[in-house]
Amino acid sequence: MFRTPEGKDIFVVDGHTHFWDGSAENQKNIHGKQFIDCFYAYHTGLSPKEQLWEKSKFEKYSADDLYRDLFIDGPDDVAIVQSTYLKDFYKNGFNTIERNAEVAKLYPERFIVNGAFDPRDGEKALEYIHFLKETYDVKGVKMYTAEWNGASKGWKLTDPDAYKCFELCDKLGIRNIHVHKGPTILPLSKDAFDVHDVDHAATDFQGLNWIIEHCGLPRLDDFCWIATQETNVYGGLAVALPFIHSRPRYFGEVIAELLFWLGPEKILFGSDYAIWTPRWLVEKFWAYQIPDDIAAERGVQLTDEIKEKILGLNAARLYDIDIDAKTKALAGSAFSIAAE
Amino acid sequence: MGAARIPSRQAEVWRRLTEVNDPELDEPITEMGFVERAEVTSDGSVEIDFRLPTYWCSPNFAFLMLDGVRKALDQLSWAPAYRVKLHDHMFAEEVNRGMEAGKTFADIFVELAEDQDLGALRETFRMKAFKRRQEAVLRGLRQHGLTDREILDMDLPAYDVARFEPGEAAKQKPRYRAALLERFPDRQADDPVFVTWDGQRIPPGALGAHLAELRVVRVNMEFNGALCRGLKQTRYKELDVIEGEPTLVDFIMDRVPARAAPTA
Repeated sequence: MFRTPEGKDIFVVDGHTHFWDGSAENQKNIHGKQFIDCFYAYHTGLSPKEQLWEKSKFEKYSADDLYRDLFIDGPDDVAIVQSTYLKDFYKNGFNTIERNAEVAKLYPERFIVNGAFDPRDGEKALEYIHFLKETYDVKGVKMYTAEWNGASKGWKLTDPDAYKCFELCDKLGIRNIHVHKGPTILPLSKDAFDVHDVDHAATDFQGLNWIIEHCGLPRLDDFCWIATQETNVYGGLAVALPFIHSRPRYFGEVIAELLFWLGPEKILFGSDYAIWTPRWLVEKFWAYQIPDDIAAERGVQLTDEIKEKILGLNAARLYDIDIDAKTKALAGSAFSIAAE
Repeated sequence: MGAARIPSRQAEVWRRLTEVNDPELDEPITEMGFVERAEVTSDGSVEIDFRLPTYWCSPNFAFLMLDGVRKALDQLSWAPAYRVKLHDHMFAEEVNRGMEAGKTFADIFVELAEDQDLGALRETFRMKAFKRRQEAVLRGLRQHGLTDREILDMDLPAYDVARFEPGEAAKQKPRYRAALLERFPDRQADDPVFVTWDGQRIPPGALGAHLAELRVVRVNMEFNGALCRGLKQTRYKELDVIEGEPTLVDFIMDRVPARAAPTA
């Protein structure tokens, strides 16, 4: 719960968190090392100085760190913990659902564990989706379209194998499809994070919610256009939000575009923990105002009411979280853990 | 041929390198800190060490930049031999070997690039640079108090005498001019300076909407730029070679046993 300076309690759902192991012991090859190094560079590049972590802690942090940073020191009420396997880079995977489920078991009220699958696995992917539903009762999945798999260096949401998987998700009630669309990296010729495939998939699967992480940046224009056409496309603020510290005016331009095109109901807060911790992000976000000239040009405002939606109400709707019931269930839980 | 010439040649090398842009960001590679070392040796040859912000940077962007470096070095007044080396990139080896042999991108990545069309990519980047530069100048002129009509009626002679306080508009003014002339080489001197990428005039009533469209182009480019700067600052500088581990090419050429799909 985030308590505003005026004393109002704001329910916070952190839509994008990780519990990873990027340690040297787990790295399978140079790519594993370069992957976590890249994350660490994001962390050091965009965090306030007083929030910086040691590299070794960043590579592998404990379940206690996770709990404390999100729920005790941090304002999160509920965190959605995403799974990203990267088994070509890490011996035991980067943050597999097994690893996430283990920590979620300790604090079942706090975590929503999302699964992940790779459509290129064909039949095995379909079996795996059944397994995810039966074993973990997942409500959502994280898709990483740039993940390598054997000879393939990426895939598209519109691939026939992917459609088979989404059909099954729809049938099983796995409704929230988080899609990583972020900074340009691999592969060679095709941009694996191009957002146009979202347009088709969202049209063809109206029963699913498509949450585009990082708002498709640096393809904000394409993303906004698509999200305006499709009622079931949402934008996750992970990676965009930390700019609120280093380049606040720039963040104003981004959030103004999102509010103009998507509206306040379709933007979701996410810290991308452990790249960033939620406390400073939420504090700065609550205190933030879009610069006047930008707000006037786009005709939008970031009111307290809108901030409350972005910080928790929107995600609560997607994940069927009953806020009153959840608040009651959580009362006092931080203290019981802190006392351990 | 003496060591005395080295400092002036050194300066010439850097001057040429500042003309090479990161195509995705439209910012000089020297300002981004990608050129780690540029040396003129005692025999006059040139050595360049180049390092991008991450191991994962798109290889086609990397190639465009290195190709730009190659072209910049070809223009040096003493026509030296040169060596350009890309460090710490997942395709460093392939790119370095190919550059040395004077190969094109398609040749280097013949097995990997498939339908790679660098010509189209270059064109996209030229368009983005045009828009980003234009936006900065337009906003600068508006801030200066010019009306939209005055701005849109401006021709090149008027443009050339306009002066800005130091800042983004001042920085982009000559860059927009260059982009405009490159895009429309046959334009007349009294044609309007501010037109769309397709060469259409912008009606004064539409400037606001036009600027909103340009803004998003810049927001995207700045996002990359800010990330690249941040990443570059914190990039670990050691070079890693792990013996016996599969390289990227091994993965791509499917010489590594496919991992088992996760099973129930």
